[in-house]
Amino acid sequence: MKFLSEYRDPEVAAQYLKLIKKTVTRPWTIMEVCGGQTHSLVKNGILDMLPPEITMVHGPGCPVCVTPVELIDQAVWLAEEKGVILCSFGDMLRVPGSHKSLLEAKAQGADVRILYSPLEAVRLAQTHPDREVVFFAVGFETTAPANALSVVHAKRLGLKNYSILTSHVLVPPAIEAIMEDEQTRVNGFLAAGHVCTIMGTMEYYPLAERFRVPIVVTGFEPVDLLQGILMTVQQLEKGEARVEVQYSRMVREEGNPRAQELLFEVFEVTDRWWRGIELIPMSGFRLKEAYAPWDATRKFDMPPGEAKEEETCISGDIMKGIKKPHECPNFGTRCTPERPLGAPMVSSEGACAAYYHFSNLAKQLAQ
Amino acid sequence: MCLAIPGKVLSIESRYDGTVRMARVSFGGIVKEASLEMVPQAKVGDYVLVHVGVAISVVDEEEAQRTFSYLREMGELDELKEINDFLPDENQNASQ
Ligand code: SF4
Repeated sequence: MKFLSEYRDPEVAAQYLKLIKKTVTRPWTIMEVCGGQTHSLVKNGILDMLPPEITMVHGPGCPVCVTPVELIDQAVWLAEEKGVILCSFGDMLRVPGSHKSLLEAKAQGADVRILYSPLEAVRLAQTHPDREVVFFAVGFETTAPANALSVVHAKRLGLKNYSILTSHVLVPPAIEAIMEDEQTRVNGFLAAGHVCTIMGTMEYYPLAERFRVPIVVTGFEPVDLLQGILMTVQQLEKGEARVEVQYSRMVREEGNPRAQELLFEVFEVTDRWWRGIELIPMSGFRLKEAYAPWDATRKFDMPPGEAKEEETCISGDIMKGIKKPHECPNFGTRCTPERPLGAPMVSSEGACAAYYHFSNLAKQLAQ
Repeated sequence: MCLAIPGKVLSIESRYDGTVRMARVSFGGIVKEASLEMVPQAKVGDYVLVHVGVAISVVDEEEAQRTFSYLREMGELDELKEINDFLPDENQNASQ
């Protein structure tokens, strides 16, 4: 496939790897922010190929993992108590809430549906005028325009039975929270390419300067990731801390102005709780007052959450890059993708699940 | 879930009384619909990056080459340096 397979070419990857090995002289810890990148790094075995000087740690960029447990409880409540058609992306369904996951609610008869796009949810609302349709809108800046667009479509079509339950989070405030943590050991960042496709690179200049860290906007294929790591290491070795773009085929400095216009038409920035981490000020989106009729939290009288969390889950430390998944005592024992204790074990983009699948694969190959 | 993949725009049509631009996009032969609202400049034949049913960027075909030309440049520079390493010491000093 054009613009895909060439970035998976093992020979090109090998050349980048060679250059990384030549360049690195000291130990460096680099964080990839996005869960899609974590998944690709693990799946393609890149973590094992890198020279021992380079430690990759895995950031909080899995939207499924950082969605607060209260919101999952609210989604379950909407499906079970309010009889809505509750739709979301597939990964969201298996995340444990304080009592059950959406998948368990579905098994018990609630109308929970997996959709590929929020625009499909608008169509559902159109074809089911007698039912309330709620889309559980999670995601980073990449997904926010699609969710905003669904609300705009619903408004244009005059649909009163469509709303979204938002849990939108933003990358730059998360980078700030990670770097402000005293325990941080991150020397450089691979910023998420698709997030910057929307938002551009401007927001990252003050961060690189303030924390003296290189930030390289990187793609998701093996060659992209290796080039991104090389560019980061080159800066680190030279003592530089700049914003650079590896993923220039998709990212312009100004981002996508049309998408930003739509985002700020529909959403406003607000404080958000990140599951496993903490409240990060001004780190997410909520619907503006003008779009209140399409906001599930304003439309339904939601019960207050209890937020029962598994106490021994160390997902917060993992997402801040302080610990690795196998340092968790539950990893692979009490906590597996079939019976997850915490969200990072659920989504294939969560660090714990990625490590779990990969170590299983490695075991199978060794047999 | 943040997966976004590039595909080729096969055709464009408007929906909802002309207010929404939708495209048929081919991902290596698999054809899906995508909204073009975020990429008003996209034309038939362009490659667009599609995420959850919405095209978010038009692939810059020239920039796409950079990942490979970067390697060539780096490789060439490296070879030069390697040759330099083999030069006798006095020679290097003399050139400095
Ligand atoms: S292995 Fe399970 S319990 Fe441990 S941090 Fe990961 S999700 Fe939490």
